[in-house]
Amino acid sequence: MASMLLTTMRSCHVSPSLAMRFGARSLSTTAQLQAQVQTKSKKTLARPGVKNIVLVEGVRTPFLLSGTTYADLMPHDLARAALQGLLNKTGVPRDAVDYIIYGTVIQEVKTSNVAREAALGAGFSDKIPAHTVTMACISSNQAMTSGAGLIAAGQCDAIVAGGVEFMSDVPIRHSRKMRKTMLALNKAKTVGQRLSLIGSIRMAHLAPELPAVAEFSTAETMGHSADRLAAAFGVSRLEQDEFALRSHTLAKKAQDGGLLEDVISFKVPGRDIVSKDNGIRPSSMEQMSKLKAAFVKPHGTVTAANSSFLTDGASAVLIMSEEKALAMGYKPKAYLRDFVYVSQDPKDQLLLGPTYGTPKVLERAGLTMNDIDVFEFHEAFAGQIMANLKAMDSDWFGQTYLGRKSKVGAPPMEKFNLWGGSLSLGHPFGATGCRLVTTVAHRLKKEGGQYGLVAACAAGGQGHAMVIEAYPQ
Amino acid sequence: HVSYELKDDVAVVRLHDPTAKVNTLSSQMQSDLKEVMGEIWSNKSVKSAVFISSKPGCFIAGADINMIQSCQSSEEAARLSQEGQKMFEQIEKSPIPIVAAIHGSCLGGGLEFAIACQYRIATRSKKTVLGTPEVMLGLLPGAGGTQRLPKMVGLPDAFDMMLTGRRIRADKAKKMGLVNQLVDPLGPGLKPAEERTIEYLEEIAVGVAKGISNKKVPLTKEKSLKEKLQDKLMDLAPVRKKIFKTVSEKAQNQSKGFYPAPAKIIECVQTGLEQGREAGYLAESENFGKLAMSPESKSLIGVYHGQMACRKNHFGSQRRKADGNGLAQVSIDKGLTTILKDTDVESISRGQEHIYTSLDNKVKRKFMTSFERDVIMSNLSVQLDYSGFESADMVIEAVVEDMDIKHQVLKEVEAVIPPHCIFATNTSALPVTEIAAASKRPEKVIGMHYFSPVDKMQLLEIVTTDKTSQDTIASAFSLGVKQGKTVIVVKDCPGFYTTRVCISLEEHTAIGHSVGLSLSIPLICDEVGLDVILHISEVGYGCCLSLHMSDTCSLYLVGRKSGKGFFLYEKGKNYKNDIYWFHRLISRVVNESLLCLQEGVLRNPVEGDIGAIFGFGYPPSIGGPFRFVDTFGAERLVSIMRKYEEVYGAPFTPCQLLLDHAKDPSKKFYK
Repeated sequence: MASMLLTTMRSCHVSPSLAMRFGARSLSTTAQLQAQVQTKSKKTLARPGVKNIVLVEGVRTPFLLSGTTYADLMPHDLARAALQGLLNKTGVPRDAVDYIIYGTVIQEVKTSNVAREAALGAGFSDKIPAHTVTMACISSNQAMTSGAGLIAAGQCDAIVAGGVEFMSDVPIRHSRKMRKTMLALNKAKTVGQRLSLIGSIRMAHLAPELPAVAEFSTAETMGHSADRLAAAFGVSRLEQDEFALRSHTLAKKAQDGGLLEDVISFKVPGRDIVSKDNGIRPSSMEQMSKLKAAFVKPHGTVTAANSSFLTDGASAVLIMSEEKALAMGYKPKAYLRDFVYVSQDPKDQLLLGPTYGTPKVLERAGLTMNDIDVFEFHEAFAGQIMANLKAMDSDWFGQTYLGRKSKVGAPPMEKFNLWGGSLSLGHPFGATGCRLVTTVAHRLKKEGGQYGLVAACAAGGQGHAMVIEAYPQ
Repeated sequence: HVSYELKDDVAVVRLHDPTAKVNTLSSQMQSDLKEVMGEIWSNKSVKSAVFISSKPGCFIAGADINMIQSCQSSEEAARLSQEGQKMFEQIEKSPIPIVAAIHGSCLGGGLEFAIACQYRIATRSKKTVLGTPEVMLGLLPGAGGTQRLPKMVGLPDAFDMMLTGRRIRADKAKKMGLVNQLVDPLGPGLKPAEERTIEYLEEIAVGVAKGISNKKVPLTKEKSLKEKLQDKLMDLAPVRKKIFKTVSEKAQNQSKGFYPAPAKIIECVQTGLEQGREAGYLAESENFGKLAMSPESKSLIGVYHGQMACRKNHFGSQRRKADGNGLAQVSIDKGLTTILKDTDVESISRGQEHIYTSLDNKVKRKFMTSFERDVIMSNLSVQLDYSGFESADMVIEAVVEDMDIKHQVLKEVEAVIPPHCIFATNTSALPVTEIAAASKRPEKVIGMHYFSPVDKMQLLEIVTTDKTSQDTIASAFSLGVKQGKTVIVVKDCPGFYTTRVCISLEEHTAIGHSVGLSLSIPLICDEVGLDVILHISEVGYGCCLSLHMSDTCSLYLVGRKSGKGFFLYEKGKNYKNDIYWFHRLISRVVNESLLCLQEGVLRNPVEGDIGAIFGFGYPPSIGGPFRFVDTFGAERLVSIMRKYEEVYGAPFTPCQLLLDHAKDPSKKFYK
C-alpha cells in the first residue's frame, strides 16, 4: 500500500510563522490574527525540572462514513495505514520508537490489543511493545498522555500514539442464554447431553445482541442525553443547525484549501485510493430544518444533521522528548503541555467535559482564556458544543458547579474549530483525540498563535483538556 | 392562586397556592380558576391554553380535604361534587384546546382536572405520579372522574386505578393512554434542574397547544386493531356485565364489607355507562355526598392526618449513620453508609443476598437502574467483627430476643463505639430499661421496634426509657423518617404499646379476622416468639393470658423460632359479622390502648391510633382505638364492657380514662 505524500514535514510553513514573530504584516494572515499577535505574551510554559515533550508529527487516514469505502476492512487495517503514513511522513527508523499505544472504543474481539496487531503489520520492529487503551471518545487522548507520562518518567524517549475506530463492523453477539448453551455444548460429553442442550434452545435465544449504544450506568443513549443537555441550557434547534452548518462550511473550506494536511492517502485493497474525508456536506438551513428529531420524540432538537455521524478512521502521532527529537534532527511541531482529565455526573452532565476541563487545565498552565489563540473542541453534537459554550459563559454555572467566583468565559468563535470539527470531518471515537492535537499544532503554525487548547467530552461523563504550545520557529 | 400570561396566542395559566405547600382544589383555587378561564374564553385572540403549576413537584395534589371535612350534610358534600363536575365539564367543552402540563403529583381532583383537558403532557420524573386515591379516604372521584376515566383508559385500568388508589408513574400513564406525551426531566443548565424542567415543560406544552390549535397535532391517537377490538368487546352488554360482576365480587372480598366506597365507585361507573352521562353525574355526586358523611371516610381521613403528623420530627434533627438485615436495607437506599454485622458467614451471606434480591426485583420492574442498585449496595459493608464501629453514629442491634444475649452485645458494642454513638435495640417486647441497665451510658440507649418485613411495614415504634436523652430520641426519630417510616414515640413498659395491646387479644385473632379486626397479632406473636410474650405477660401489668398460651410454650412451640405457632389454633367456625365477638375484641384493644395513654406510655391519641393501624393492623375504617371511642361513644363502650366484665372479670374492667370520657361526653380525643 503506497501512501501518497506530498510534502515532508520539515519544509512547511516557515514563512508565515516568521512573519508573525517579527510582527510584520503578512499577506497570508488576516487582520484579526494580527491583533492576536500584538497582544500575545511571549513566555513559554517550560518549567525547570520538567521534560519538554514535543509533537513531531501527526497523521490520520481520511475519516469516512461507516459502511463506505472502508466497509470490508478490519480495525487494525486502518490503524496500520495510519502507522505506515506516520513512518513515511517522518522517516523515523522502524526501531527508533520505544513504545506504541493505541486507543479504541468498540473492540474487535479478534484484535483486542489492536495496537500490537497494527504495529506488527505496519513494519515496526517486533521488539517494540504496544498496548491498547480505552476511554470512550478520548481514547487516543489517553494514548497520547500515557505516552507523555512514559517520557516524563524517563521510561521512553519516543512514542507512537494513535487511535482507531471502525464502525462498519461491530461485534454483534449471540444472546447470553445462547452463549451459555453453546459453552455448555463444548463441555457436554455424551450425545444425550448434547441433544438435550440443543433441545433447550428457543427461538428467543437466537435474537442477537447489538453493542450498547447507551450509557451503561444510566441506560440513556448519548443522543438522548445531548438533547436533554441542549434543552437544559436552552439551546434552540436553530442554534444547533447553524453551528452544524458552520462546521461543515469551515471543514469544506479547509479541505478545499489544502489545510487538512494531516490526512494521508490510503489505498484500500480492491478499491480506489482514498485521500479525502467524505462526511463534509455543507447543506442549507432549510434542508436541515426539515429533519425530525432523532432521539427525543417528537419535541427534541438533536437531529441527524446536527450530530456527529458514525465514522471509520485512524490517527497516529509521533511524540518525543525535545532532546531526542532534536538529536534525531527533527523540527518539532508543538509542545504538549499541561493536561487534565475530569469526570462528572454521567446522567445530566454527560457531555460537559470541556466546561470542567478547560478552566482546570488553564489554571494548571497559568494561562487565561485570552492567552489561547487556537481552540479545538471535539464536536459530538452541535447541541453539546452550544451547551458547553453556554455553561462556560454562565456565572451561575461557574459558581454552582465549578466552584468558581465567576464564569469561565466562552471561547471566541473566531478562534474556535476553524477547520471544521467532528460534526463535519467525522468522529471515529478512538481516533479523534490525535486529530484534535495535530490540528491545533497545524493551526498554531498557520495562524501564528502561541497557545492552543484541546478539549473533549466522552461517554461516562468524562472529559479531557490539554494545552499545546507552538514550537519556536 | 391562579394567574395567566399570553405567549403569542397561547394563554399559559399558572396554578400556585401561596398559602400551602401543595396545590389543592380549594374553593379559592376554584373561583380564581373560573374567573381566569372566563377571561380567557372571552378573549378572541387566544387560540389555546396551557395549565401548569408553579409549585415544584406538584401539579394539583387533590381536592381540599378540609373543605370536604367541613361539610355538615351529605347534600352539602354532594353540592361540592356537582360544582366540580360543572367546572370540569366546562373545561372539557372548552372552545379552545387546553393542554395540562403535569410535573409532580397529579392526584384525585387534580387528575380529574387533567383528564377534562384536551391534551396531557407529563414529565418522566420520579415525582410525577397520577392517581385517584379517593378510595383510600373512603371517598370516590367526585368531579366527573368515575365518568371520564373509564372512557379514557378503558374499564379494567379505570377500575384498577379507582379501586386501589394506586399511584401511576409517567411511563405507565403514557402506555395506558392517561397522558399523551412525555417530557424528560432536565439536569442543571443555566439555572437549577427543577426550575429549568418546569420551564422546558411549559415550552413544550405551548408548542403542542399551538400545534393543536392549527391542527398540526392530532388530539386522538389512531387506535391499534387490538385496541379497537377491545373497545368493541367492552361495548357488548354481557361482557360489561361480567366485568362489573367480577369487579364487584373482588371489591367485596377485599373490603370484607367494611368499606363502602368501592361498591359506590362501581355503581357510578355502571350508571354512567348504562344510563348516560347525566345519570352518571347524578349518581356520582349523590354517592360522593353519602360517602363524605360516612364514619369510614371520617376515620380514614383522620388516619391520613395522623400519618402526616407522625412524619414530622418534633425533636430536632440530626444526621446519623446506622447499623442491623431489613434494617440495613431501609438505611442504605437512603444513602446511609451501613455496616451489617453478624456472627457467622452463612448469616451475612443470607442477609446480603436478601437485600440484593429485593433491590434487584426493583431493577427488574424498572423502578431503578442496575447502576442505582449497585451504588446502593456499595453503601453496605458486611462483616463478622466490629471494625468500623469506632466511627459509627448509631448502632441498631437486632439479635434474638434474649436478654442475656442483648446484654452481651450491648457490652461488646459499647467497648468499640465512640462516645456520641447511639445504641438502639430492635426489640418488640423486651423491656428497654432492662437492656439499658447493662449500659455505661443509658442516655444513649433507645428502643427501635421495627415491624417485619421491615422494608414493607411503615411503622416504627421508638421506645424511650426515663434516662434516654432528648438528643438520642431526636436522632432515632430522624433516622426513622429518613428510612421512610411513620414514627411513634412511646415510653418503655412490657410490650410497649403495640405488642402490649396485641397480647390483650391474643387468643381470638382468627375470629377477629372475620369480624373485621384483621389484626396481625398471630404474625407478631410468631415473629416475636411466644416465649417472649409469656415473659412479658408474666412480668407485665394486667395482661391476662389464657391457659393455652402457656401450654403452647411448654410444648416448645415457640412461634416462628420452632416453625409452628399461632396459626395452628385457627378453627373453622364462621364468626362473620358477629357483633358479640366484635365488641368483645374491640373493647379489649381500646381499653388497653387508653390505658397506655393514661399511664403515659403513649404521648397522644394520634400516635396511639397510627400505631394501632400500622403496627398491628387495626382496621382504618374505624380509625384507631381513640377515634373509635370518640365516634362510638365512651359511655356506650363502658356499658358493653361492664357486661363482659360480669362474665370474664378483670380484663374487661374499663380504665379510668375511659370512665372519665364516659362521664363527660364533651371530652373527646379529637377536637
